[in-house]
Amino acid sequence: MSELLRSELLGSDLSHARTLALAGRHGGLGAAALTPAAPATRLSLRAKPDAVETLSAALGISLPTRPKTSASSNGRHALWLGPDEWLVIDETEADLMAAAASSNVLHSATDVSHRNTAILVKGFGAEVAVNGGCPQDLTLAAFPINACSRTIFGKAEIVLLRTADDAFRIECWRSFSPYVFGLLSEAAEDAGN
Amino acid sequence: MSGANRIPGAGRLTPAKTARFFFDGKSYAALEGDTVASALLANGVHLVGRSFKYHRPRGIVSAGAEEPNALIGVERDAARKQPNVRATVQDVFDGMKVVSQNRWPSLAFDVGAVNNLLAPFFAAGFYYKTFMWPKQAWKHVYEPQIRAAAGLGVSPTEDDTDHYSSRYAHCDVLVIGAGLAGLSAALAAAKTGARVIICDEQPEVGGALHYDKSVTIDGLDGFTWAQATAANLKRMTNVKVLPRTTAFGYYAQNFVGLNERVTEHLAKPDKKLPRERLWQVRAKRVIIATGAIERHMVFANNDRPGIMLASAARTFLNHFGVTVGKKIGVYTANDSAYEAAFDLKRAGVTIAAIVDSREKPGEGVLAEARALGIEVLTGHGVVNTSGNLRVSSMSVARNGGGAARSIAIDALLMSAGWTPSVHMFSQSRGKVAYDTETQRFLPGAYAQDCLSVGACNGTNDLQATIEESLAAGELTARASGYSASEKLELQGHNAFNWTGGMAGAAEGAGPDTTVKAFIDFQNDVCAKDIRLAVREGMHSIEHIKRFTTNGMATDQGKLSNIHGLAIAAETLGREIPKVGLTTFRAPYTPVTFGTLINHSRGELFDPTRKTPMHALEEAQGAVFEDVGQWKRAWYYARAGEDMHQAVNRECKTVRDVAGMFDASTLGKIEVVGPDAAQFLNLIYTNSWDTLKPGRCRYGIMLREDGFVYDDGVVGRLADDRFHVTTTTGGAARVMNHMEDYLQTEFPHLDVWLTSATEQWAVIAIQGPKAREIIAPLVDGIDLSNEAFPHMSVREGKICGVPTRLFRMSFTGELGFEVNVPADFGPAVWEAIRAQAEPLGACAYGTETMHVLRAEKGYIIVGQDTDGTVTPDDASLGWAVGKKKPDFVGIRGLRRPDLVADGRKQLVGLLTKDPKVVLEEGAQIVADPNQTVPMTMIGHVTSAYWSENCGRSIALALVAGGKARIGETLYVPMPDRTIAVEVSDMVFFDKEGGRLHV
Repeated sequence: MSELLRSELLGSDLSHARTLALAGRHGGLGAAALTPAAPATRLSLRAKPDAVETLSAALGISLPTRPKTSASSNGRHALWLGPDEWLVIDETEADLMAAAASSNVLHSATDVSHRNTAILVKGFGAEVAVNGGCPQDLTLAAFPINACSRTIFGKAEIVLLRTADDAFRIECWRSFSPYVFGLLSEAAEDAGN
Repeated sequence: MSGANRIPGAGRLTPAKTARFFFDGKSYAALEGDTVASALLANGVHLVGRSFKYHRPRGIVSAGAEEPNALIGVERDAARKQPNVRATVQDVFDGMKVVSQNRWPSLAFDVGAVNNLLAPFFAAGFYYKTFMWPKQAWKHVYEPQIRAAAGLGVSPTEDDTDHYSSRYAHCDVLVIGAGLAGLSAALAAAKTGARVIICDEQPEVGGALHYDKSVTIDGLDGFTWAQATAANLKRMTNVKVLPRTTAFGYYAQNFVGLNERVTEHLAKPDKKLPRERLWQVRAKRVIIATGAIERHMVFANNDRPGIMLASAARTFLNHFGVTVGKKIGVYTANDSAYEAAFDLKRAGVTIAAIVDSREKPGEGVLAEARALGIEVLTGHGVVNTSGNLRVSSMSVARNGGGAARSIAIDALLMSAGWTPSVHMFSQSRGKVAYDTETQRFLPGAYAQDCLSVGACNGTNDLQATIEESLAAGELTARASGYSASEKLELQGHNAFNWTGGMAGAAEGAGPDTTVKAFIDFQNDVCAKDIRLAVREGMHSIEHIKRFTTNGMATDQGKLSNIHGLAIAAETLGREIPKVGLTTFRAPYTPVTFGTLINHSRGELFDPTRKTPMHALEEAQGAVFEDVGQWKRAWYYARAGEDMHQAVNRECKTVRDVAGMFDASTLGKIEVVGPDAAQFLNLIYTNSWDTLKPGRCRYGIMLREDGFVYDDGVVGRLADDRFHVTTTTGGAARVMNHMEDYLQTEFPHLDVWLTSATEQWAVIAIQGPKAREIIAPLVDGIDLSNEAFPHMSVREGKICGVPTRLFRMSFTGELGFEVNVPADFGPAVWEAIRAQAEPLGACAYGTETMHVLRAEKGYIIVGQDTDGTVTPDDASLGWAVGKKKPDFVGIRGLRRPDLVADGRKQLVGLLTKDPKVVLEEGAQIVADPNQTVPMTMIGHVTSAYWSENCGRSIALALVAGGKARIGETLYVPMPDRTIAVEVSDMVFFDKEGGRLHV
């Protein structure tokens, strides 16, 4: 029985029935608008230095090797989190696990597409809003576009990526996302003051 | 008219901009920009409070943050009442309600003032000596009475309706204080392009330029220059100017806490604005420009309303346009007070006399006083004052004795010199050094990257202050890689350089006297109290401080420190630096709790973690319990059910039909790499080499000491990939434990760990009909017992969604755990439910899960174990690989104590009366008739009513428990003793056949 037919018979193909952690949320004001990011595929990628080049080729993105840097290309982002650790995000929901597996080089890839969710912060007050809970220096000189960091926001761990002068992507674990969104909303509202 | 004591043309406020406020219910007029203190003084009100201990009438002493007396309550509404606000820093706003404190029934007539007459009984340290006995009186008399009398002000009882904010910021140079020194430093740093933050506690910059009208900078009036400079700084994009912002704490690595008061001065604040904002600033360099605080003179009855610091009177005149009296006396040991007299005299106020304790004041000020026709009594002292609710006269006598002359006054200004504000420097852990010549503590050895400039650094000369500050600004900017294109220069000019100053008791308040010459107004500490403390054996300044309460509370030694120290040193016959200085503690001035917690209120107090299915469970009637930060469905109450009934029904249903359970909170760690099995061999007691892909094993993890740390089921997905589960509460620490060992002990292994807890929503389906429920939904996995036996894992699809399907059980029933990517959890939960409910299955919560696992004798780490339990103690010895050469805890397990006889072991307990449910935590004894204290041989770890067994069941840790099976033991309770029989730990389906159907 074909996959499709069986699903139709059961009437229960739920592969599009996702419940997003931040569905329907919106926050912030003119200074910094908050939007839950669309679903994306994500990998927690671990590998030693000698595998970086091969993995980069397999993933079609150059894995960064300097702290606080990331690489982006066609909706795919590779964020340096540690000397042997990257968070790879694909906004087109491409199959990252398969891409990593095709490298045939020693590495660890774990699918964390649903573990994380993301909040997009945009506006002239974005930097101030994020600094409402994140202690890092986020001025452009210290945290330029494409800079990224696994850091804290209030009492939650986040991965912060600067996508533009006035825009950040904040990745956090699913169950922490209402807290992060709530604190970010308050900070965003104060950012305009 | 905004007060009879307002002098037309004086001050910087705009006469047309008026506001009305209420003080103890009476309406007063004020001007915009007034503080409560200046507005009250403009209306001739000096009496503003009662002292803490003696309830003596008190007036306004200062014009700034150091104010010890004028503590007031400010009320906006029932929820927003702020006690202990210093009237000298609180702006008046229209409609403001202010109340005085520590008085009953009224400020002018206060019953508590009887304490003043009883003062001989309230000597320093009386608390420590008086309330000793009888013991019973502590509980019923002393403590309630002291509690009622203690504390100043009344805190609101309703929730604060204001909101507060928080920001982190970084800069190259943080300048604390925006007086002449701070502004000069900030300007020099800012001009280089460095990132500068400058903060000041006052509403506008200027610092001492508020009162010192004689200063000009580059030909501009000093205060005008300060405002222009601030405006200039504000226009620079690399500078942030924060007025109304107090640097209250200086922490490690130049981390400084600032408290910005955003709306405190506004009558009708925009609701969007936070009341206060906490700034946590990390600065590469800090410039401390906190100025100096004028000291009062210590003489008999120096605390009457109307007696204040000379610089305060000058501020009230030159900034607020208010004279503090009509006939004013001056008592000083320092030149600065003369300038207050000059300014007042020129404004038309009568100066009764300047009494100077010195024989030789500065020549400049002396000549000017003569020129203005002010009588100066050198070598004299004020030996007493009179006046009940306001000073009415001062008694002046020549130093060394002689007849006193009474001079009528309505205000008395005093100055004993200036104390550099080394609070921030000291908080930074810098060491102060005593300068004998000027009798001051000044910044000595620095502990952090900061510099002190101006008066807080002991720099008196105006031009020297400017140059020192400009240089500091440039130097600190250069440290961040910025340099000045041109050298900044500023020319300052002032009327007089001040000389003089004294520390300790003045004339008539010396060692042989018993007069009330106050050092610490707020805590009612007199010179004689310090001497008493020394006589009672307190020789360290830290002991003296605690015995007398000198410099405690909001004062933090701002006014009292140096005088107290000088008197202690004199009494001890030692030099001041030998007696030492008490520690300056944060906060510099009080900070509201609102600011400190800022956003962390209500839902943002702490993250509340909910599983993907939370909302569905809530709709199904789930009652939730907190497990760490998680909310877990505890039980599902149906109409008319209490918890007990719901749990009994759920327990029966799972064993008779099936139940579904949200297990998403279980910790999950993905262990990936060619050495994954080898790593697990080292972390767990079990052996993992033999586990084939597709199979699962229950694993136990020990600490190095051999005690059980965590447990869970581990599934092998592939040769190099394991899916590890941990307890809900253990998820984070187990991950850390594993990562710690991997990085420090086993770095040679090619294996990586990834937390996958939140990647998966987990739905457990347990019970005889579990297979029937999920079978129609699962695709690509043969669910038969033969193809998919107990303790297996398969990857496939459920409802078209990828799943890791585990066959495992924590209930003793046929069971599956459906793992699906978290966002699919709700849809799959509903799909399973649609299958389950027609068959008579139900959802169950953590309480039922606990009962069912206890029926099977499955332990919960952390409930049935307490960090002193070995695998063998828990009857899990089978899970320890006997042939394994190494694992974490292997040596610990061999310790003599861990293999000794008589260890506490987990056993079952069956109460003789099957209806009695034991209490968890209850102690167990062998002989109930022994004398108290009894020998306790163990305790109950788990106890439930088991509907399936039709009786109560319990697990317990009992010394030598396994050898006691069949014995009767006793659980003594307050009202009875419960007899129990020791049993094995399995109460239901002892053969375990139900698992394998």
